[in-house]
Amino acid sequence: MNNVRTKKRANKKSLPFFIGDAFKVCFVIIVVSIILLIQTFSFDIVPPILNRGIQPATFPKALLVLIIILTSVIYYLSTKKPWKIEKKLPKVFFITLFNFALFIIVSEFLDFFLAISILSIFVSYYWGERRILYLLLVSIIFPIIVFIFFETILGLRFPAGIITNLYYY
Amino acid sequence: MENLSLMMAPLFSSKLLLVLLFGTLFGLILGVLPGLGPTTGGALILPFTMTLDPLSAVVLLTSIYCAGTYGGAITAILINTPGTPAAAATCLDGYPLAQKGEAGRALGMATVSSTVGGIFSVIVLVFFAPFLAQLAYEFGQPEYFALAIFGLTMLASIGDGSPVKNLIAGAFGILISTVGKDFMTSIDRFTYGINELSEGIGFIPVVVGLFAISEMLTQSTLLDQVFKRVALKAVKLPTLLDYKLTWKTILRSSGIGSFIGVLPAEGGTVASLIGYSEAKRWSKKPEEFGKGSIEGIAGAEAANNAATGGAMVPTLALGIPGSATTAVILTGLIIHGVRPGPDLFREQPEFLYGIFGSMLIANIMFFILGFFGAKIFARITLVPNKLLWPMIFAVSVCGTYSLSQSLLDVWIMLLFGVIGFFMRRYGFSVVPVIIGLILGELVEGTLRQSLVIFDGNWFMFLTRPIALTFFILSLIALAFPLLRKKNK
Repeated sequence: MNNVRTKKRANKKSLPFFIGDAFKVCFVIIVVSIILLIQTFSFDIVPPILNRGIQPATFPKALLVLIIILTSVIYYLSTKKPWKIEKKLPKVFFITLFNFALFIIVSEFLDFFLAISILSIFVSYYWGERRILYLLLVSIIFPIIVFIFFETILGLRFPAGIITNLYYY
Repeated sequence: MENLSLMMAPLFSSKLLLVLLFGTLFGLILGVLPGLGPTTGGALILPFTMTLDPLSAVVLLTSIYCAGTYGGAITAILINTPGTPAAAATCLDGYPLAQKGEAGRALGMATVSSTVGGIFSVIVLVFFAPFLAQLAYEFGQPEYFALAIFGLTMLASIGDGSPVKNLIAGAFGILISTVGKDFMTSIDRFTYGINELSEGIGFIPVVVGLFAISEMLTQSTLLDQVFKRVALKAVKLPTLLDYKLTWKTILRSSGIGSFIGVLPAEGGTVASLIGYSEAKRWSKKPEEFGKGSIEGIAGAEAANNAATGGAMVPTLALGIPGSATTAVILTGLIIHGVRPGPDLFREQPEFLYGIFGSMLIANIMFFILGFFGAKIFARITLVPNKLLWPMIFAVSVCGTYSLSQSLLDVWIMLLFGVIGFFMRRYGFSVVPVIIGLILGELVEGTLRQSLVIFDGNWFMFLTRPIALTFFILSLIALAFPLLRKKNK
């Protein structure tokens, strides 16, 4: 019996409180909320003679304080009933996330549709698609259909870029 | 009689019938595909509705809502994966029954009970929405503030998640709505010198990000998942014995679903869970639940489809969304220049009854399409994620960009996709963020205008009987999850 208790204590000791998901999540929420709360103090103040009701910063301030309080509550509750431990994220998740970043860079500096094609081909490939025809379908044929649809039916003008310019000029 | 003829108007408009057919088909496809659903689908199609007149646009969105809610049952029964969260309870008995070789019977019961639930809720909508709108004439700013607070506190009881986490997500949604120029003083808040942020953060980038992009990230973690499919020969209409067994359950769940739907912020998911548990409680054979009970399927499906009409009641009568999908429909109304509320009932009855009528027709359409086409719709799930999600990404990006032709909206969509993924991973529902975002402006606006009326005296809220009632209901809504936990 004593051995079991010692083991349990040892297990608890082996996991410092700041390793748990609950702590990490609550820490991030509280830190972001505090940063935003500090920013609300730099909002312009309406002079009392013009002010009707509350100041523009008061409402977001109240919300942020509420979020901080509620986050503290969930952290407290997590010490009583720990959150279930999530599986480690697979490599393909980070590749997908990296593709999002790549999409932002390519669409900002090269071309919006090139960015969609690059993301589609990479995501499809890393998610397991190896057939060339399907990769072409996803990365070239489908974006072209989408482009034509938005361009002709919705009359949308997409941002200029190395490929889009070929169509526009 | 006049209202009835207004309701039947869509039947005589070939354009509206075509929109209805497309919406129902699209809704069914969205409902069948796990991870998508009427909310994401509605948000994705919102930019396309700009080419339509307001009635056609809303008819399209509502038909997607009705059919998408039913479509979730097809995957729930055949591959044990709910196509939409509202079909989660259907898995419990639908899949075991399908495994016994009775997939057709299970789908037949799901189709019939969904249709009955949906039609029942439209009847509730037709009678209850005008009544609620009439009541709303008594509402001033303080009453609307109290009502919005009630809507937000209802977030605490969404689903089975933590009430506190839901409230944090709701507060986060309201916080997003404060970005941009303050509507009373034009003072910038959280704009960081970016001009485009002065207009605030758009609803569509947030919804598409939180639902579609976060789901794409979630799917990237589930690539090794294998679905066990049950073969389907044909959908079978329930037998007389099945009707005898389930008619009371269907009617009860239709009532429960409509009532739950009317409550602000609650939707089909909560309705189906309660509908299912009530079906079990009243059943003569509760021991069969979870093993393929036909009553279990009827209870869950009638309730989740009944919630569709119910959720439209506060959306149209008060401008308070009854669920996440109705929040998208509400946005659709607003971007087409239609302001929901009591005035809408007085000034545009043909518009409103057109919506009611089209919801009724959508329920009949998905019955026919579901009955004859379930086998084909089930095959849509065979489209591999590695092809499907890059395509959804392309549509999401273009749809989000198209609304204000701003790349910033696309970045915001991606940011919320990542936020949504981590929220879901750690047990925070993303639905409260959407409800908070749409109610945020109402909450702040009515609070500040009320304080002007009350000369800054907060206690004056308590002197207004309707507002006081809503505050008491809010306290009950907050206490309800605690009581439910205690009972468990």
